[in-house]
Amino acid sequence: MLTATHTTPLISCRDVTKTYVMGTQKVHALRGVNLTFERGEMTAIMGPSGSGKSTLMNLIGALDVPTSGVLEINGNNLAKMRPNDLADLRNETIGFVFQQFNLLGRSSALTNVRLPLRYSRTPIADINARAAECLEMVGLGDRMDHRPMQLSGGQQQRVAIARALAGSPSLILADEPTGALDTKTSEDIMALLTGLGAQGITVIIVTHEQEVADYAARRIHFRDGQIEFDERSGT
Amino acid sequence: MKYGVALLSALEALRGNPMRSFLTMLGIMIGVASVMAMMAISEGAARQVDAQISALGANNLTVRPGSSQRGGRSGGAGGATPFTDDTITDLRNEPYALAVTARINGAGTVVAGETNWSTNIYGVNADYFISQDWDAKEGRILDVTEIASGDTVAVIGNTIAETLFDGSSALGQRIRVNNVPLTVVGVLETKGQSNFGSDRDDVIVIPIVTARNRVLGGHPTTPDYVSNIEVSVTPGYDMTRAQDELEERLRIIRRIRPGKEDDFRVFNIADFIRARSSTQATFGILLAFTAAVSLIVGGVGVMNIMLVSVTERTREIGLRMAIGARSQDILGQFLFEALGLCLIGGIIGSMLGVGAAELASKLGDFPVNISPFIALVSIGASVLVGLFFGFFPARRAARLNPIEALRHD
Repeated sequence: MLTATHTTPLISCRDVTKTYVMGTQKVHALRGVNLTFERGEMTAIMGPSGSGKSTLMNLIGALDVPTSGVLEINGNNLAKMRPNDLADLRNETIGFVFQQFNLLGRSSALTNVRLPLRYSRTPIADINARAAECLEMVGLGDRMDHRPMQLSGGQQQRVAIARALAGSPSLILADEPTGALDTKTSEDIMALLTGLGAQGITVIIVTHEQEVADYAARRIHFRDGQIEFDERSGT
Repeated sequence: MKYGVALLSALEALRGNPMRSFLTMLGIMIGVASVMAMMAISEGAARQVDAQISALGANNLTVRPGSSQRGGRSGGAGGATPFTDDTITDLRNEPYALAVTARINGAGTVVAGETNWSTNIYGVNADYFISQDWDAKEGRILDVTEIASGDTVAVIGNTIAETLFDGSSALGQRIRVNNVPLTVVGVLETKGQSNFGSDRDDVIVIPIVTARNRVLGGHPTTPDYVSNIEVSVTPGYDMTRAQDELEERLRIIRRIRPGKEDDFRVFNIADFIRARSSTQATFGILLAFTAAVSLIVGGVGVMNIMLVSVTERTREIGLRMAIGARSQDILGQFLFEALGLCLIGGIIGSMLGVGAAELASKLGDFPVNISPFIALVSIGASVLVGLFFGFFPARRAARLNPIEALRHD
């Protein structure tokens, strides 16, 4: 895999389109998107449902490949990668945070955080220490043996963030990370995510809540598969 | 594929749903147990046949006089001219003949002290002990001189020794067989029941000359008659060929013209036992087949549960893929889960199979043979079932689209 220098953008999209075929009908989810995301940047992606923001997330998350155009993550052109390379890219470069946390219900917090490391090249001896370290980072050092059922929603989302951080990713992709949480907890989670940007991790959040989007320095609005506007605050 | 994580995830899944895992295994257990029990039973039957054949001694061909043919009238079995000592001498020169036993059979009453007993009396030559692979456990067998000179000596079977002497040594004792006094020189090794249910130790063996001249009586026309011949075939010599050559030789000795029927019969007793056991073997195959079907039904149960498990855990599969599991990792995880069910089920099932076979042998009174090989085959079969029926659900899991899987509820 190519390793890009730190001067190139982490993600660059050039004329990216995505078309789904549903029956006999073609759905144009993305109609030519040009975007770059710099390292350490925190971005909120907004837009009504069907605007193409989820499609973009799937592409940036290397879960899917574009129909046309070039999408590069860390200098790797997704269109030229095989499924196993995409899996490795997700494992090494990207951390996912979901609205519903997606934790393994029967496993402890520690086991959940260990999961991505098990699929990585991390030596088995180092896995436990790294997982514990990530739980400390999100403030759950004393809850490692708890199962998701024994944790509050905010704590569960912290475990999910620890899991996303385990592989030392360059990119955190959060899909409605506060959608299932109350206001106070949401603020805590957003503060945690904002802190990651300060550590040089690129954070991209998909949300429809303006309060959440306000945490991000950059906000991109989508409509009908295209960028409606791309604004930066404070600059 | 990362085997560690696949195995670990599979075990976690099995442990997480113990009741379901157990019920799914139950099908495999029953299948493996029945395969194992059936194999043990048919193997046991096969061993028994082998034991019966080897108990007959070396590879023996038995010759008996057939019916006589005179003017179109059949004289009935044994009606033909008997064999003689010359026949024996002649057959000894045949290349395949390791030993040629001459024997006359009879029955009689044996008396020792106050006890008397009805038994079988065999008059034999020295080769008898070779072809029967029979030695004395006390004393000795008959020697060539005693046989040639018709001495009044006898070796007795174990049943006779126990009946007449009841614990005390039989050696040197005088017995009267059909009123002829004989000296016991040996007690034969115990042979147990014959294949046809008679007690082979209920016998008195004496020199053939003594039998002819004094104990059993002679033949009206042939003083040196022999009623039975047993030819032991040299090991390595083809039995069928030996039998053909023996028949050919006997036709020459007995001057049977071409086109005429034989007036003797040559049997290979091992063939009779094999023929009888082939029915048993067919039955065994049928049973094993039925057992295999039950194992397959168990496998279908595993496939069914695995498909349910894949559907239930679609989101988990999507998550694993999103955080970097390759599709082989997912395939491995579900394959290991199915294999785990079948392997554990197979091991428990083979234990149950041992129990079932033991029970069958006690209740049904037939021999079973439980070997590590059978256990290995049964467990191996269940692992194959796991691979075969686990593959389809595992492939379905591995082929899920991560985006759709994550959205599944």
